[in-house]
Amino acid sequence: MTWLHWYARLLCVATLLLIVAGGMVTSTGAGLSVPDWPNTYDYFMFAFPLSKMVGGIFYEHGHRMIASIVGMLTIGLTVWLYRREPRQWVRRLGFIALGAVILQGTLGGITVLYFLPTAISVSHAGLAQIFFCLIVSLALFTSAGWRNIQELHRHEPVRRDAVIVRLATALPALVYIQILVGATMRHSGAGLAIPDFPLVFGGLVPSTWNFSIAIHYAHRLGALATAVLILATLGHLVAHHRERRDLLHPAWALVALVIVQIGLGGWTVLSQRAAIVNTAHVAVGATVLATALVLGLRINRHRFPDAQPLKHKPKPDGLTETSALSAGLA
Amino acid sequence: MQQRSLWTVFSVLVIATAVACGGGEDSNDSTESAPAAAAAATVDPATAGNLSGMVMFEGELPAAEELMMNSDPVCAMNATNTMSGTYVGSDGHLGNVFVYVKEGLDGYSFPEPTEPVRLNQEGCRYTPHVLGVRVGQTLQIVNSDPTLHNIHATPAANAEFNMGQPVQGMEFEQSFDQVEVMVPFKCDVHGWMNSYLGVLDHPYFAVTAQDGMFDISTLPPGDYVIEAWHEALGTQTQNVTVTTGGTAEVSFTFTIPS
Repeated sequence: MTWLHWYARLLCVATLLLIVAGGMVTSTGAGLSVPDWPNTYDYFMFAFPLSKMVGGIFYEHGHRMIASIVGMLTIGLTVWLYRREPRQWVRRLGFIALGAVILQGTLGGITVLYFLPTAISVSHAGLAQIFFCLIVSLALFTSAGWRNIQELHRHEPVRRDAVIVRLATALPALVYIQILVGATMRHSGAGLAIPDFPLVFGGLVPSTWNFSIAIHYAHRLGALATAVLILATLGHLVAHHRERRDLLHPAWALVALVIVQIGLGGWTVLSQRAAIVNTAHVAVGATVLATALVLGLRINRHRFPDAQPLKHKPKPDGLTETSALSAGLA
Repeated sequence: MQQRSLWTVFSVLVIATAVACGGGEDSNDSTESAPAAAAAATVDPATAGNLSGMVMFEGELPAAEELMMNSDPVCAMNATNTMSGTYVGSDGHLGNVFVYVKEGLDGYSFPEPTEPVRLNQEGCRYTPHVLGVRVGQTLQIVNSDPTLHNIHATPAANAEFNMGQPVQGMEFEQSFDQVEVMVPFKCDVHGWMNSYLGVLDHPYFAVTAQDGMFDISTLPPGDYVIEAWHEALGTQTQNVTVTTGGTAEVSFTFTIPS
């Protein structure tokens, strides 16, 4: 099982790399540099010569290649989970991840063949984040820390703290909505609709409105709301659950990440959407989401099936259901 | 129960993705629809006149931007002209301006063009940078470069297309069924490559040379609205009267928009 966890971690890294590659495709305007799909200039995808990976093709075809690797790794993870994972809900999650990556590849193809319609491109960006969340979740669920159900009694104070449970549950949802708003802004060409930063047309509120300005402004307000929620979550953890380092570490990481992320957002505007800065903003956004998700899942640890009280169902070998699980994961 | 909650969370996230999708399509107010019906009258060359003129630029013409072609070694090695085609001209004259009869030709029909218009990809640039075709006329797009290009047209009134030409010497033909000024072309492989195509339902258009001059011949006598279009400087229109056997003159002067 340890190897399975490390495999899931590897897939997390590969998925983040895929998000970076996808970000570079959009940031460099290379989304249509390969007009066909699933072939590449009539070549079978894996037979396309490296020497022809020039200009925008480097980003678009490179994105497709990394996506293929992630797809194959996901198949491997799903099979591994199916054969070795005793928890049915984790096995199901593996199949959902596989379905998500297949749908994601199909969306990528559709958006190329239909010249990057905003709705499809935003869906492609949004599903990328969901897939990333699924893989991060699987890495967490297969980790030794998560499987150590003997320590669950330590979770009781958090379980009884309705405030932290609500904060930590709302945070990943808010970050995801913020990412969707950002993706809509990005794919509808509204990234520079408000040209100054940190002010908005020299003030705090736009003096004129249209769709581009509204979506851009919503993204900035969303950043503010996310930062406030992160600080509130950290503050509450420090005040009431100081002993839970497994919660404090991601909370502190979120504070650092959101500072970097807001800085990158401003830099993206001031640099006129420099490709590397813009892509870094996308990548850090995904990292914020993943970190918020890990924190949210850990705080909601008591809600998962393997964290339930002993049911004392006798097993054929005499073990209880939960202790059988422990034995199987050891 | 907890299991159900987990599935519910992921279902909500998927639905949220779908619901959040949407966005604005860019509008383009420079497009026109084709006249509904062709007229019966034809142009009599014996009674026709001509139009000639000049497009000028007031002030100092912005320096042509040098194109960075190093993302494709073939382009970097083979390109003979690495300067942008946006601002072309000298001594106050402006090239690459599309000049055409915008109004005044109602009631005429014109012979169908038989020769194709050629758009070449050469030295990792489009040649010509600005051109015109008739509705229905064949546009022949050629890749003369030893590297691959995609040809991505982004019209508003006509159908968008994106074709790959991975091999030197490849060509394909395309035509347009709607009047549109202008149809942008770009190569997404080489981000600096762009071109503009005017699609008209009559033959009275021209593109200014580097000296800013243009000529439009065999215009039937009458009153016309002439428009000059530049990719960065916008459009200007003027009224002009063409008389039998005469040559009407018109000039346009562009400035950098404030």
